Amino acid sequence: MSLLEFENVTLKFGGLTAVNDLSFEVEEGEVFAIVGPNGAGKSTVFNLISRFYDPYAGRIRFDGHDLLQVKPSGVAAYGVARTFQNIELFDHATVLDNLLVGRHRHRRTSLLSELFFTPSVKKQELQNRHVVEEIIDFLDLQPYRDKMIAGLPYGVRKVVEVARALATEPKLLLLDEPASGLSVEETTDMRWWIDDIRRQMGITVLMVEHDMGLVSGVSDRVLAMADGAKLALGTPAEVQSDPAVIEAYLGRAA
Amino acid sequence: MRIVFKTDYMQDIRPWKDGHQLSLYLILLALVVVAPWILNDFYLGELTNVLIWAIAGLGLMILTGHTGQASLGHAAFLAMGCYANVILLEQGVPFVLAFPLAGLITGIVGALVALPAMRLHGIYLAIFTMALSILVDDIIVLTEPWSGGVSGKYVGPVSLFGLEIDRWGTPWAFYWLVLGVTVAVTLGYINLLRSPMGRSFIAVRDSEVSAQAMGVDVARTKTMSFGLSCMVTGWAGALMGLYATVFNNETFTVIISIQLLMMIVIGGLGSIHGAFLGAVVIGFLPQFLSISKEYVGMVFGGSSVAIPGLEVGVFGLILIAFILFEPMGLYGRWLKIRTWFELFPFYRKDMFKRQKSYLKTERLR
Ligand SMILES: Nc1ncnc2c1ncn2[C@@H]1O[C@H](COP(=O)(O)OP(=O)(O)O)[C@@H](O)[C@H]1O
Ligand SMILES: [Mg+2]
Repeated sequence: MSLLEFENVTLKFGGLTAVNDLSFEVEEGEVFAIVGPNGAGKSTVFNLISRFYDPYAGRIRFDGHDLLQVKPSGVAAYGVARTFQNIELFDHATVLDNLLVGRHRHRRTSLLSELFFTPSVKKQELQNRHVVEEIIDFLDLQPYRDKMIAGLPYGVRKVVEVARALATEPKLLLLDEPASGLSVEETTDMRWWIDDIRRQMGITVLMVEHDMGLVSGVSDRVLAMADGAKLALGTPAEVQSDPAVIEAYLGRAA
Repeated sequence: MRIVFKTDYMQDIRPWKDGHQLSLYLILLALVVVAPWILNDFYLGELTNVLIWAIAGLGLMILTGHTGQASLGHAAFLAMGCYANVILLEQGVPFVLAFPLAGLITGIVGALVALPAMRLHGIYLAIFTMALSILVDDIIVLTEPWSGGVSGKYVGPVSLFGLEIDRWGTPWAFYWLVLGVTVAVTLGYINLLRSPMGRSFIAVRDSEVSAQAMGVDVARTKTMSFGLSCMVTGWAGALMGLYATVFNNETFTVIISIQLLMMIVIGGLGSIHGAFLGAVVIGFLPQFLSISKEYVGMVFGGSSVAIPGLEVGVFGLILIAFILFEPMGLYGRWLKIRTWFELFPFYRKDMFKRQKSYLKTERLR
């Protein structure tokens, strides 16, 4: 059984078919990349997994569960975390608080006990801090821990978003264009982090990325999409040399 | 500049930064506790009024400042708390029970009101809640047998643990009651903000989509926020009733709702300090206006004519000035001044500059 299964999924926005009869599987432990021109439907695939949209047809299964039965706020509880293409952080909170929101799915305390900050709440908070601090160390975010998001540079925010997703302790991490807008050095860092996330933390990664260097550097398999449909699926080398993929990219460029 | 070295996690979890800050708050607390020995009855009454407004401000701050849901209807919940408290007292329920219940009932009603309001955002939510506030007048008139309708109600002294609390007879006792509620609500608020629930409020305020992706149930969180906010507001309303001793359908007008919202904007949205600073402005503005009116009368001759709507007008001007020049409110201004002194002479003008924020709903793609 694969960790994530898309089975003949179709999604329409009015007359536009954003995802067209798409099937693919992500295996546990791999880094799986989705590539394709702008408007291909890559982010829509992520939004489908996040349950922001109901597909028009098809099935989505995660870890043996029918994801279509889960409400949007329930997806995290199954172990799916994500970042957003246009960075969706909690802008008027600190980096630390942003990461702590990532711990929400592990909340075991009631509102009443929180209002009195009982010992069990305190214990949970210390535990949350412990997890979050490890992630801060891992992603070198120490200098920004107590800073407001609103004042941080773009590159740092991208990393904070990854950190917040990791704070949920997911099985599957969805990264929507993790390297877009990053400098060359920042992209290199991101590459090693994605490697470590998979190897050290054992988290499966599904990412959308345009930087082919990064894609072929870290991914085991690549899915190429155009106009919502599958063009090719295979190793990075296979996909890059696929005639249909070359055609789609050149066709757009011309 | 004081630099706090952090050596363990508790330093961020406990509410104060260091011993220095803690001692400042303890001194402030000691000062307000002994206020009845320092102030005369008039000023003690004024201070009581400010504290009641601060409680109401804390109530609205939960919803608007920390969850990002603007309400122009909170006078409705003040009224609810006020009437619930008095009606319970009239039924013979002792004050120790009637008071907490009044808040609880208001909170539950608030959470129910939140259900239809759930789909509304921004200005639409403001209009919906404002409509509620306008309706309250009619509801009170319609439920005359319970509420006393237009002729209103009177509430006398109450007794708590054998102590007679009379706004006129024992103003110090009433002051301490209000102070006790203020402290309790503030502590609860501080605890909320350092726990998962409070953080999920902030998450919903700043980005509903990513809150959801982190496992925060947005509808449930908003309902909770409405409930808590209205509960606290209900308590403020109950105290307002005891403070005013007489009230009717025209006491809790929509103007009060607007003042309350203005108050927390002026004080500084999203901070507990903001509710208190705003309450001080609201509480002392009428005094300030009447003094300056007298002064103007003295200088330019002419009697002190009553100018209708002067208070609200001045208030509106202050509010506009804040929105234009200091969107972070008085508390934001204070933070800037403090940073200026701490960093002197290295303060930069853009240090607190905010990123331009655009409509969240357009960002998903
Ligand atoms: N919420 C929406 N409403 C209508 N159209 C949408 C919406 N989200 C995406 N689309 C459209 O669906 C197509 C795929 O978008 P997207 O998945 O964001 O592409 P990309 O592969 O660049 O991430 C685009 O044509 C886009 O305009
Ligand atoms: Mg995209």
